[in-house]
Amino acid sequence: MVEPANTVGIPLNHTALLKDELDIVIPTIRNLDFLEMWRPFLQPYHLIIVQDGDPSKTIAVPEGFDYELYNRNDINRILGPKASCISFKDSACRCFGYMVSKKKYIFTIDDDCFVAKDPSGKAVNALEQHIKNLLCPSSPFFFNTLYDPYREGADFVRGYPFSLREGVSTAVSHGLWLNIPDYDAPTQLVKPKERNTRYVDAVMTIPKGTLFPMCGMNLAFDRDLIGPAMYFGLMGDGQPIGRYDDMWAGWCVKVICDHLGLGVKTGLPYIYHSKASNPFVNLKKEYKGIFWQEDIIPFFQSAKLSKEAVTVQQCYIELSKMVKEKLSAIDPYFAKLADAMVTWIEAWDELNPATKA
Amino acid sequence: MSSSEINKNEVDIVIGALNADLTQFLNSWKPFFSGFHLIIVKDPELKDDLNIPEGFDVDVYSKPDIEKVVGAANATMFSGYSCRYFGYLVSKKKYIVSIDDDCVPAKDPKGVLVDAVSQHVTNLENPATPLFFNTLYDPYCEGADFVRGYPFSLRSGVPCAASCGLWLNLADLDAPTQALKTEQRNTSYVDAVMTVPLKAMLPISGINIAFNRELVGPALVPALRIAGEGKVRWETLEDVWCGMCLKHISDHLGYGVKTGLPYVWRNERGDAVESLRKKWEGMKLMEKSVPFFEALKLPESAVSVEDCVVELAKAVKEQLGSDDPAFTQAADAMVKWVQLWNSVNSSG
Repeated sequence: MVEPANTVGIPLNHTALLKDELDIVIPTIRNLDFLEMWRPFLQPYHLIIVQDGDPSKTIAVPEGFDYELYNRNDINRILGPKASCISFKDSACRCFGYMVSKKKYIFTIDDDCFVAKDPSGKAVNALEQHIKNLLCPSSPFFFNTLYDPYREGADFVRGYPFSLREGVSTAVSHGLWLNIPDYDAPTQLVKPKERNTRYVDAVMTIPKGTLFPMCGMNLAFDRDLIGPAMYFGLMGDGQPIGRYDDMWAGWCVKVICDHLGLGVKTGLPYIYHSKASNPFVNLKKEYKGIFWQEDIIPFFQSAKLSKEAVTVQQCYIELSKMVKEKLSAIDPYFAKLADAMVTWIEAWDELNPATKA
Repeated sequence: MSSSEINKNEVDIVIGALNADLTQFLNSWKPFFSGFHLIIVKDPELKDDLNIPEGFDVDVYSKPDIEKVVGAANATMFSGYSCRYFGYLVSKKKYIVSIDDDCVPAKDPKGVLVDAVSQHVTNLENPATPLFFNTLYDPYCEGADFVRGYPFSLRSGVPCAASCGLWLNLADLDAPTQALKTEQRNTSYVDAVMTVPLKAMLPISGINIAFNRELVGPALVPALRIAGEGKVRWETLEDVWCGMCLKHISDHLGYGVKTGLPYVWRNERGDAVESLRKKWEGMKLMEKSVPFFEALKLPESAVSVEDCVVELAKAVKEQLGSDDPAFTQAADAMVKWVQLWNSVNSSG
């Protein structure tokens, strides 16, 4: 059995790394009580809260946190007709937070994620680890068998080419979860009691050309490097699919990172995932995705961006065209999604004129 | 999978003896080697007699034995660290586990000695998943599974060709790195096994390795010798080259290569600073090898492991031969190796 950490008594970190350069984006529909546990690690940072669901409801934010909050009315007001690209009644709406942020880095976390303990019992400062991951190079061109070579106590192994040891910039830091694992509905139904108790003490770069299922529960990224590609798609209300938002973003992000020579890391930090969602509800949301992903994966695996696509936006627009061309045959949803991808970029560029190509 | 569940008759433990006195080594591994058949191959250049303690089921091969099987001219292929490949050649078993003679069992974070043999065989017996990365690492182990988003059609995996283990204490760092960080020791026990993704290259270390001999035996080639290759790992690259070939062939044939557990505890030997001069040769060769392997495409017609090795050797000779004589020699050795493999194993 694994338990969350007790953070009572941990002093507030006044010299928090990157506190003026990082926003924490949290989607929520109920409350933000979980922030109380994260206080020592997260209070120094600015929060962007994206309130999903009924906008007339008031979300209580614990005292002492500096935040801005957006509900559906705000999203509609700010984006106008372009608001159609932001999902409703799904945590995918969080990507609106990425768009309105003015910071270089984003950390996003779900409201049912608590602080984990490492094997020595110490509370894990997940944000601090994400920052370390992002500030340190990645090594996507050659796999290091001792995992992150830049970590204290590690290095590149014998045989690792010297010319590749400088690494590349890290765009994404993908963290993991103890306790409730991020399983799909069928697996949840078969193994309702399985808990992830294995603390794997490693960070590693996912090799170039390799896809992975990105989870948005505990994720950080460099907004300047890859922000426009972090669109979490059309999910939830009025859409035929759910629980594919973060994965869709992850596949787009990985293809673009590989194309632009950026790195994606996975592994530490762990958070403690406390709530298991209802597997029957999940199955209904995921059902179509389970079939569709059999075609989606080969699509992303063979996606080739042109030499002319040199900015994230250009790459993303190209990808959206490929989505429309190659995936619409599976379901008209993909044509809609491709259009939404374009709308997203237009909205991003409007709200972030300085980052335009 | 516990030791009792493994079919010990399917495994050969192959040890290359670069040290004459194997008493401490073998006695420390006794709990985990017991019940298995051992093949010990003595480095033909080692003058002293081997000292092997009682209580092991072992066949020992030394220079005269090697020459008898492969001929005197080919015996040089099996000198130094490459002596173990002779063991791979003459083995009749499905799985090979090979550990350097300066390693002893490691302890896991709970203080329990790690049964590296069992872990390797477990890795080899379970499928690999090179086509899509599972963020929870090995999906087949107890307490884990494929994560949300992992395509269902890829969940049965592919056969595992090799299991690459790791090292606590003295990690397998190259000479410049170890010379710079003389006090550095690897104390990080990463509790995971994972499949190295398709097309990803990695430096495979021969210090702690296992493979499916039936599946990919001929692909483990004793081929690349750097000038002035020595008797410490810092002065070799043979395993790294072998590993590049093995990974490429595995990718081509649809097999997987795993890395991670088990750990062994590696002891001090040699002097990194001393080895620095020699190692430089190896670094240059690696730099040339990387773009070669990255761009290499084996022909569709290469469907057997032997075909793949021969095609690879051809490509090495054509594309790298002019860069360094070491590559030409490696290519020739690879072709010779396949011939030897076929003639020694023609009845099997």
